[in-house]
This record gives sequence, C-alpha cells and structure tokens, in this order.
Amino acid sequence: MAGGATSGGNAVTDTYKEARNWLLLPAWVTLGILVLAPVLLMLVYSFLTKEFRGGVIWEFSLAAYDQFFFDRGLFGDDPAKIEWTYIAIFWRSIWQAGAATILSLVIGFPTAYFIATRPEKQRVIWVFLITIPYWVNLLIRTVSMRFLLRDEGPLNSFLMTTGLVDAPIHMINTNFAVQVGLFYSYLPFMVLPIYAAVERYNFTLSEAAADLYANKWITLRHILLPAVKPGVVAGCILVFVPSLGSFLAPDLLGGAKNFMIGSLIEEQFKGNAGNWPFGAAASMILLTMVLIILVIYARAQARSDKEAG
Amino acid sequence: MKKLLTTTAAATALLMGATGAQAEGKLAIYHWFEYIPQDLLDKFSKEHDVEVIMDTYDSNEAMLATLKAGAIGTYDVAVPTDYMVSILIGEGLADEIASGELSNIGNVKAAFTDPAYDPGLKHSIPYQGGTTSFSVDTAEYTGDIDSTDIIFNPPEELHGKINVLDSQGEVLALAAVHMGIPQCSTDRDQLKALNDMLQAAKPHWASFNSDTAKEVLAAGDVVAGMIFNGYAAKARETRETLKYAYPKQGWVNWMDSVVLLKDAPNRENALKFMDFLLEPENIAQVTNFARYTDVVEGTAEFIDPELASMHESNPPAGIEGVFVEACDAETQAVYDKIWTNLKK
Repeated sequence: MAGGATSGGNAVTDTYKEARNWLLLPAWVTLGILVLAPVLLMLVYSFLTKEFRGGVIWEFSLAAYDQFFFDRGLFGDDPAKIEWTYIAIFWRSIWQAGAATILSLVIGFPTAYFIATRPEKQRVIWVFLITIPYWVNLLIRTVSMRFLLRDEGPLNSFLMTTGLVDAPIHMINTNFAVQVGLFYSYLPFMVLPIYAAVERYNFTLSEAAADLYANKWITLRHILLPAVKPGVVAGCILVFVPSLGSFLAPDLLGGAKNFMIGSLIEEQFKGNAGNWPFGAAASMILLTMVLIILVIYARAQARSDKEAG
Repeated sequence: MKKLLTTTAAATALLMGATGAQAEGKLAIYHWFEYIPQDLLDKFSKEHDVEVIMDTYDSNEAMLATLKAGAIGTYDVAVPTDYMVSILIGEGLADEIASGELSNIGNVKAAFTDPAYDPGLKHSIPYQGGTTSFSVDTAEYTGDIDSTDIIFNPPEELHGKINVLDSQGEVLALAAVHMGIPQCSTDRDQLKALNDMLQAAKPHWASFNSDTAKEVLAAGDVVAGMIFNGYAAKARETRETLKYAYPKQGWVNWMDSVVLLKDAPNRENALKFMDFLLEPENIAQVTNFARYTDVVEGTAEFIDPELASMHESNPPAGIEGVFVEACDAETQAVYDKIWTNLKK
C-alpha cells in the first residue's frame, strides 16, 4: 500500500481515482472482519438463550437484558425490582476511568506542553523517552507496579528508611493503586495527542495576548486551551475508553474484590457463570454507552466548528 | 480475546504441522499452565516419534469454554479437575476408552479406580491429586490456624490481611464445608445463610487472587490466603513461617485427570500418552515437578523423599476433605447469583 502511494508522486489522487474503491477494499475488508463481524456476533448472541455451562441455544430471548436491569431475588421468583448490581459495577468502572483520565490530564498536559516547547531536536528525544516503558508488555508493567506499591515493597522501604513514615503506607489492593495503574498504563495516549496539538500551536498568539496585557492564566485559558482542545479531547477519549474496559489493573492492583465492567464480562465467558448471552448483552450495553458519549462529543465539536467558522 | 488468540495459534500450528510434519504422528495436549515438565514431553516425543503440541489454560471453566467454542476436535487430551471431568462427560466432550485399550491402567492405585466423577475410569486417568485449604504466616498470627474460621470468620488480627482464590467452585465449596451444609443445596434457608455469611466475611478480605495466590503469601501482602497444597509448599520455600492448614471442619480435595477428548485427531497417540503417564517413572517426574501427589503404584522410589514427608502432602487422619460437586442448572443459577453478590 505504501509503495503504491509513494510511486505516484504529486498526482496521487488523480492517478488512482478510478482505482480508489479497489484501493480501499483492504481497509473495508479488515474493518468488516475485525470490527463489524465480531460486534454483530455479540449483538446476535445477546438475544439468544443461554446454554448451561457456556454456549447458546438458537432461540430468541431477552433474558440477558432482563438479568441486567431487573432483580428477582436470590431464587429468581421475587417480584421484579430494578437491579442495581450491574449498574453499580458500570458506575464504579466509569468513576474509576474518569479519575484516571483526570489524573492523566493533570500530569499529561504540562508534560506535553513542556515537550512541545523544547527545541526541535530535543523534542524527538523526549517523545522517545515517553514511549520507552511501553515497549514492555502491559501485564508485566502492571505486575511491576504491584511490586513497587506493596507494604514490603521498595517504595515503602524507602519511605521508612528515610524516616518519612513510621509504618508502611498501605497502597496495594486499594482504589488508589488501581488509579495509579490505569494512569500509568495510558499516560502516553494523553501526552502524545496533546503534544501534537501544542506543537502546531502558533506561539506568536501567546505573545500577542501578552502584548495586550493578558496575564499567563488568561492566555492559557482563552488562547492556548481553545487552540489545542481537539488534542485534549482526543487524549481524554483515548485514556477513558480503554480504562473503562480494563481488568488487569483492577485485578492485580485493586485485589479483584469488586467486579469491573471488564472482569464482569470476562467472568461470563471464562468463569463459572458460563453465561454467554449475558456477557454479550453487557458488552453491547457498554458499547452503546461509549458510542453515545462519542456521538455527543462529535456533535458538540461540529457545533463549535460551525460557530468558529 | 486471549483465548481466541491461543485457539487460532493452535489451529495454525496444527495446520502447519499437517503440511510439514517430520515425525510419525502428532499429539495435541490442552493442559494447565506450568503443570508438566518439558523433559517429559520430549521423552515421549522421542520414544514414540510423535510431535507434541501443547496449549495451556488457567482455569477449568476457561478450558470448557474453549472446547465448547469450537476447539473440540483440535486436541487429543485435556487435564480437567474431577468435577470438570464429569461435566465434560455430561456434555459429551469426552471419548470412551474401551477396556484393554490402556495396557497400564492396572497401575492405578486400587482406591482410585472407581471415582465418582468418572466411574470405572472409562474416560480418564488420574494425573495429580491434592487439597485446597489455606496457609497462614505463623510469625504474624500465633492463634490456632486449623479452622475455616480463619477465612470465613477471621479473628481481628487477620482483618484485611486475607486472600481468597478468585474461583467460585473452590471458595463456595470451602464455604459449604465451613457451614456444614451440602454443596449443591436447594434448601432456601441454607442458601440465604451462605449468602449472608459470605457477605459478612468479605469486608475482612484483602483480595481475590488465584494466579498470584502463592506470591501474595510469599511476599507478605497478606497473612492468610487460600491456596492449593503444592503451591503452599512452594510458598513456604520463600517464607518459612507459612503453614498450610488442615481445618477441623474439612477442606477441598481434588484430582486432576487426563481425559481422552471426543473427536481426538490422534486418538492412538493419545492412548499411548496416557499409558506413558501411567508408568511410575514418568508420572513421578510430574509429581516431583508439580509437588502434588500421584496415585500410581510403584512411584515411591522415583519421588523426591522430601516430598513424601512434607506437611502439605500429609493430611491428618480422621478428617475428610470434600470434592467440588457439579450442580444442576437450576441450583447452579443460585450459586452463580451468590458469587455475583459477593463480587459486586
């Protein structure tokens, strides 16, 4: 694909106009097989009847969605009430992912700004440094984080030998540990888009604002932030969405005491429950939720573009 | 996702094997992670001129899900735990071994030739057996450890310092032992009491971890933790003050078994492999590696002497453990709900 594009020179679009559909074919096929087909499969499965110990029976059923939204007691014969269990699990995951996103933003924005304002040659090195930890598998990084945070781990030993604390600070198996884990896992997804946006930002605008007696805060708030907003929003989405479905950090750092969306779904396929339609239904509900958030964002973006244009 | 990948990888490996095979035949094993020494596989491979392919799983349920999702017909043998053997048989995923097909079947110790999960050993051979209870760091807690109260009604010193396995079957079976109720109870009062007991115990637990059950004890993250006996012995090697408990109420027994799978692509080699594992010298090598117990006659001379005498492989006489039971669909639905309540 790359070869075809480079050999075309300047007139790429014209030369390949007729072949455009064919050139797009690999992308469409990939999307169709790897994205569309699995999602459709999930959609269909979520409306099928559960087979005992995994698998589905090909009969239409709403049981999976019913289980998600209605509580019929331990034995399934109480009058239906609203089921809060799964809503609470979703809420916990959203809260956790939101906190991780804010933490990434607070640390990631200044970092990206710092990198983008270095001389051009240094920037490459800084970006390179940011990506180095991500050459290592996510699982290994999460386990290492567990090692660092534990009561008898290096961090607590250090704090105790320096006399900063008398007893180890208990961090492992807490929400704090999960947030640190998520933040650490996805930080580059925040830094890189913001960096790209800040790099394109025309700093003479800041100088102009300063000339007009805007202080630093006003310049940041009214000049820089609106200009780099697409980068910030992209970063937030890139951190929030994977955090929402993650289960490595909650399991390894949070002690897996409570289901997160990811582990709840995993349990339906890999665990004892073996309830595939319910796992599919929970996945569809999660997917719908994320889609709604993205659509709201896209509309707001379109509106503000219109106003700006 | 991980499973899909392993399945795909297995399929690819098999396809590639089919075109470029050099050995006489093949054998596809679906096995627990870290549960068979590579030397032993190489030995089998050499003795019978068979190319061995192995994929691994980390829970019985994950294995069942993979087989049901279409991997049946890909593998020759799998190594499920007792209750999962009966589930595989019930689901029609196990093939029958005719009498006389295994020449070494007579080597199995008499007490294990007719287990409840596979009467008459028609589909499986025993691989490794052991117990599941919990270990306690006796340097941190000096009270009596031989009671399930340590996990389900813990003394104050242990609050927030307990790990339980992230495994519904084992936790609920030990909970049933603790309360003295049957495992697949249909009695509503018992089930409610079980639910309430677990809800009351959970705030005292630090974590649910299976893969790291050994590590959290060895590293001192927790003072007490549910664990398998062989794993407990390995944890003790790192932290000497850990002691494996044999609760007076009982514990969970288990027997992992090699099952001949339905539609096995290399059925002949699968039987050869089962015979191979029934030879004392070979199965002893597994025992020395996994630190559990085999039930084949004549292995004593090949087994690491320390293994035979260690506390973790010698449950006290007079108390019985229980095997995890497979409940029917309706009963299981209630237990699934109790587990979800516990983890919500």
